[in-house]
Amino acid sequence: MSDVTADPRFAAGRAAPRRRLRLSWSDPTFRAIVWQVLIVGLVGLVLWYLVRNTNQNLAARHIATGFGFLDRVAGIPIGETLVPYNPAVNTYGRALIVGVLNTLKVAVVGIVLATLLGTVIGIGRLSSNWLLSKLTAFYVETLRDIPLLLQLLFWYTVLQGLPAPRQAIRLGEVFLSNRGIKVPLLEIQSAHEWAFLAFVIGLVATVLWNRRAARQQAATGVRPRVWPVAIGLLIGLPLVVWAVLGAPLTFEVPVLRGFNFQGGGTLSPEYFALLLGLVTYTAAYIAEIVRSGIQAVPQGQWEAAGALGLRSGMVLRKVILPQALRVIVPPMTSQYLNLTKNSSLAVAIGYQDIVSIANTTLNQTGQAIEGIAVIMAVYLTISLSISLFMNWYNAHIALVER
Amino acid sequence: MSDTVATADPGYAAARERPPAGLVGPWAWARANLFSSWWSTAITLLLVYVILRALFGFVEWAFVNAIWTVPYNAQGRPDTAVCQNAKGIGACWAIITDKYRLILFGRYPYEEQWRPAICVVLFIGLYVVSAMRRFWRKELALIWVGTLAVIGVLMWGGVFGLQEVPEDYWGGLPITLILATFGLAFAFPLAVLVALGRRSRLPAIKLLCVLYVELIRGVPLISVLFMASVMFPLFMPAGVNVDKLLRAQIAFILFAGAYLAEVVRGGLQALPKGQGEAADALGLPYWKKTGLIILPQALRLVIPPLVNTFIGFFKDTSLVLIIGLFDLLTMGKVALSDPPWQSFSTEVYVVLAIIYICFCFAMSKYSRGLERELNRARRR
Repeated sequence: MSDVTADPRFAAGRAAPRRRLRLSWSDPTFRAIVWQVLIVGLVGLVLWYLVRNTNQNLAARHIATGFGFLDRVAGIPIGETLVPYNPAVNTYGRALIVGVLNTLKVAVVGIVLATLLGTVIGIGRLSSNWLLSKLTAFYVETLRDIPLLLQLLFWYTVLQGLPAPRQAIRLGEVFLSNRGIKVPLLEIQSAHEWAFLAFVIGLVATVLWNRRAARQQAATGVRPRVWPVAIGLLIGLPLVVWAVLGAPLTFEVPVLRGFNFQGGGTLSPEYFALLLGLVTYTAAYIAEIVRSGIQAVPQGQWEAAGALGLRSGMVLRKVILPQALRVIVPPMTSQYLNLTKNSSLAVAIGYQDIVSIANTTLNQTGQAIEGIAVIMAVYLTISLSISLFMNWYNAHIALVER
Repeated sequence: MSDTVATADPGYAAARERPPAGLVGPWAWARANLFSSWWSTAITLLLVYVILRALFGFVEWAFVNAIWTVPYNAQGRPDTAVCQNAKGIGACWAIITDKYRLILFGRYPYEEQWRPAICVVLFIGLYVVSAMRRFWRKELALIWVGTLAVIGVLMWGGVFGLQEVPEDYWGGLPITLILATFGLAFAFPLAVLVALGRRSRLPAIKLLCVLYVELIRGVPLISVLFMASVMFPLFMPAGVNVDKLLRAQIAFILFAGAYLAEVVRGGLQALPKGQGEAADALGLPYWKKTGLIILPQALRLVIPPLVNTFIGFFKDTSLVLIIGLFDLLTMGKVALSDPPWQSFSTEVYVVLAIIYICFCFAMSKYSRGLERELNRARRR
């Protein structure tokens, strides 16, 4: 290394001749600066023009800008809320938070269910059973060719076409009616809270045990069994805690009183239609991603793993999936982002997500710019969080190259 | 060599002429693909049962018990009592026969509806011509400009003795096709510029392009459409009034531009670096290098994903329902708001779905065929 720098010829070659910036069109550096100044100036000019017009229009219409309206009483009735909310007392700020939580509620549940359904259908497409693979292909092709909004409207009318609560369709203790789906709800007692705490402790202990097993494998080559310990910690421990505290198990069953049901948990028709539409639509895309991911793993990998004497479950878990996931994860991320963004179509069927509530807010207060800014900020935050998490996961499973 | 040896053995030759009966024919195929194991057999039987039941149920609903026309009373109002009685057991296609003109062409003057009908045919013709590789020449741009001009004349009227029809009266399928076609025709050049900007070595331009793409891709289309419908009027100087359709169109162009730019960037990245370097070595200036060497190859690489993005935007035009523009889906809802027909939404939604499927399926079929063709050319 030092030899190289000692060589006088190299030292001379390395010190590139410093060219001065010439004020001539034939100098690339000069050209680059001129182009950038021109384009940035143009964009700045357009933006300045728009902002100036906006300020003039706002002044002409006597609309005050700013987020002061967030502290005013909202008066927007909201059907379903995850946090306590009273339209007569609570502010616009609180209403928007309720909207964000409603969006997250449908997005998180939707992502989990769409992944499950999509994986099942994607594997179905690879089935050696001709009928099954054709049927799943038909599902994928049809669902992808119909606009999501049309599907949502369809599901919503189907759910509204269900009988009234008095004639509700009964499946065990679950009631289907045009007021939504009523399910029995577990009455939460202190024993359940302790059992949940035990589950969290068990989860942490499982992770630690897994790390220890990995260290031991690295040191000795023999991996201690993880799954019996994991089952014991994750299922056994909470069960024991629950049993010791008297094993309480009572359900709050929905009961028909007058024209509607009392008690139990409710899935509103709006929420259920949105969830159903989002899950079935996104699952069609996820199925294609899963199928192409598995097909991307060369056939030789199956055969080589089989030749090593691995059982078929092990082959899938240890050889195929880690390789397929590398292909699957990046497009899957964009499907998750799509599902989250598509949940904004809730406004068309009356589910009160952030778009719907922000839209009502901007209609009531006239704060158009702030309302849209809130919507965009919320979605940008959610999108960036999902991308960050999925990028971390992608880096975690990526091929480690030396 | 091996052939002669193989045919020399008479037994082998006979075996080659007629494979064992168990290996060919429909039975062997069924055994391999439908009944290969107990598990597979169970799935097949279950699916056959489910499919047959669904199929018979659908045929009974859509054809056997369906009602195709209803009587009209003295005021020309439909009498839907027959349909109400058949609800749940038979489809009421009478709503379609009654409302199809409204759904397809919106509130366009009834006697003039041949004009949007011709426009729809012209749009489809334009797609077909653009899809044929024989027409992938510079003249195609002229064909586009000419056809779009003719469509504009037909829709607006006011010249050649055609009655003038303002945009407020447009609706139905032409609106869907206009939003999709004009949107993509303008978004595509924008996308190419942004994609080039994002790969540019000039930091300020690169930053602008990254900001634009990531900002648009991070928010849902609805928020961009809301922006166009409620914020855009604030952006314009006092007194300037931009039509609602044009505002939605601009929102579409900006939105589609960001997504298409990412697709085009994929093509630019997939192109071997040597192509650009060779062009530099020949002394080509930037725009010549880009226009003659880089883009023709990069765009060819991304045609299939481009078509898939087109399909997505064709479906997304239905979102203008939310800002109250009268596209195909909105007209379906308008038809359903007529009191006698209010409870027959399933029929309307099925017909709308079939129209969308026709367009999207044709595009995706084309995209797959093209992909296969291009791959074959590349492998050679």
